[in-house]
Amino acid sequence: MRSADDPSGAVESESVDPTLAAGREEVLHTLQEQHDEPTAAARALAGVEAVPGVPKPDPILVAQQVSRRFGGLTAVQVDHLEVQRGTITALIGPNGAGKSTFFNLISGFDKPSTGTWSFDGRDITGVPAYRIARMGMVRTFQLTKALTRMTALENMMLGATGQRGERFLPSLFRPAWREQDKEIEARADTLLARFNLAHMRDDFAGTMSGGQRKLLEMARAMMVEPALIMLDEPMAGVNPALTQSLLGHIQALRDEGTTIILVEHDMDVIMSISDWIVCFAEGAVIAEGRPDDIRSNRAVVDAYLGARRALPTAASDGGQAQ
Amino acid sequence: MDWGGIFSSALSDMLGPFAAIYALAAIGLNLHFGYTGLLNFGQVAFMLVGAYGVGVSVVTFGLSVWWGFLIAVVASVVLALILGIPTLRLRGDYLAIATIAAGEVLRLFFNSSYLQPLTNGSFGLGPSNEEFTAMNPFVGNKTYGLGPFGYSGAALWVMVVTWALVILGSIVLFLLMRSPWGRVLRSVREDELAARSLGKNVYNYKLQSLVLGGVLGGLAGVMYTMEVPTQYPSNFVPEVTFYLWVIVILGGAGRILGPVLGSIIFWFVFSILGSLLPELFPGANTGATRIAIVGVVLMLLMVFRPAGILGSREEMRLEVR
Repeated sequence: MRSADDPSGAVESESVDPTLAAGREEVLHTLQEQHDEPTAAARALAGVEAVPGVPKPDPILVAQQVSRRFGGLTAVQVDHLEVQRGTITALIGPNGAGKSTFFNLISGFDKPSTGTWSFDGRDITGVPAYRIARMGMVRTFQLTKALTRMTALENMMLGATGQRGERFLPSLFRPAWREQDKEIEARADTLLARFNLAHMRDDFAGTMSGGQRKLLEMARAMMVEPALIMLDEPMAGVNPALTQSLLGHIQALRDEGTTIILVEHDMDVIMSISDWIVCFAEGAVIAEGRPDDIRSNRAVVDAYLGARRALPTAASDGGQAQ
Repeated sequence: MDWGGIFSSALSDMLGPFAAIYALAAIGLNLHFGYTGLLNFGQVAFMLVGAYGVGVSVVTFGLSVWWGFLIAVVASVVLALILGIPTLRLRGDYLAIATIAAGEVLRLFFNSSYLQPLTNGSFGLGPSNEEFTAMNPFVGNKTYGLGPFGYSGAALWVMVVTWALVILGSIVLFLLMRSPWGRVLRSVREDELAARSLGKNVYNYKLQSLVLGGVLGGLAGVMYTMEVPTQYPSNFVPEVTFYLWVIVILGGAGRILGPVLGSIIFWFVFSILGSLLPELFPGANTGATRIAIVGVVLMLLMVFRPAGILGSREEMRLEVR
């Protein structure tokens, strides 16, 4: 994982296989170029003012006064935050800024001290995590949670919701769920192929590499057919070559209409794929806006990097920003 | 030393009523630990409520043994709910603490003079198997034998019924585990949070697993009462739970036939130790030694063969979490 005070990528570029690094730069350039022709998601956000708490034209997730205190420490204090449907929204901020805690709160894995939040117009304050997932809001974890002693296929098939065979009595009678299980298996195979994991189909997830587990976790989350997927550091510990394919998958998901929220530390990645960026510091949202707004935002630069460093600009997005 | 006799009685014990009773209780424990990852250190508590469910119904209230069976099953479900509802939302260790305590609390409670009108306390409650014995198609006091195997008609009747329950339990477990329900259960064993993030009501599945495995333990207690008609609370000491753990781990946790094979091997070895130790050390208290050896075997198994006989070492080596 890259540290927060080295967002440029320069250090890693020197330490990894140069061909991979070169490939990575290329892809980031390509992504950047694609980004320059505004996507539907970007166009939808075009007129939105870049100030914290700004309302969006079509928000899928709205959080209001969400706070979480651990004893005397306020880990999260978000007054108002909206996430636009169909966009890639990145949460950035230094370590300990409250990004992951915010993730845990809105996905139902942690209980907030105060606040309400709604998903797709429905109030989901205090709804248990499993119900939120069934509603179509799925998260992944910073530390990958592959189910190690289950095969890749079983991992995938677990993700499908509304399975008749998951209820106790029907599960005893195979005819009650066999047809549905076959459909789920076919869907799982399609997704495995799409995430380049088809060859690992019947291998235990525990035999997979870290990067493959990240892919599996993302593919598994897609089995839920979510409207919103929340990725907690999807690129952490993933080699540059695999980062490219992960980025490709994320953009493809967005283009198919899935909303994506991601927490990420890699600024090259953030700047190249995000439609909207929300910057956290000390638990609060200190800035939000399009990548260009964030690059030039004084508060972000100060909070995230310290005053003497700068974020990579559009002109030098290869990573040589200092 | 009578090796032939020792060997013959070990072979008989290997398939005897106790092997079947322990196999049945171990299937329940295997569902808990092997498939769901629940740490249940009080399976003996389910056997106790099963045995006393029948005993109290039949002896104290004069009900039919069939009502006794039903009440035993209901009592096991209730115990599982009492144990599970408060603890299954917490980390796994809490269930372990609650179950080990529940086993001891129930044993002492059933032994207390306060409950004596119901349970007859330490004087023992029985006999509760008369109706069951009356249905015995074998002749009770005749010895049936085949080669080295020999059983009384009474024991044979318990054996047939209990092994039938073991087979039935194994089939149900097999059907459950190949289904999507079993897939969710295994995902809970691997990582609860991942299962929750995919929309699974983990708490509910853990409770279902605890109840079903507890009922199997309760049925084992019922059959124990059919074999030993007068039951004492002191029959349900924590050692029983640890024998069951040896059986599950020896056979292979998370394998359908693991507890069955484990119980057969366990009773073979346990029987040999029981006849051999008194002959090797005449006059010594070999009963405690036998139990100590079981403990050492459990430790050696955990160190050298944690996957058991039927388990896969490769699977075991995959890091969990």
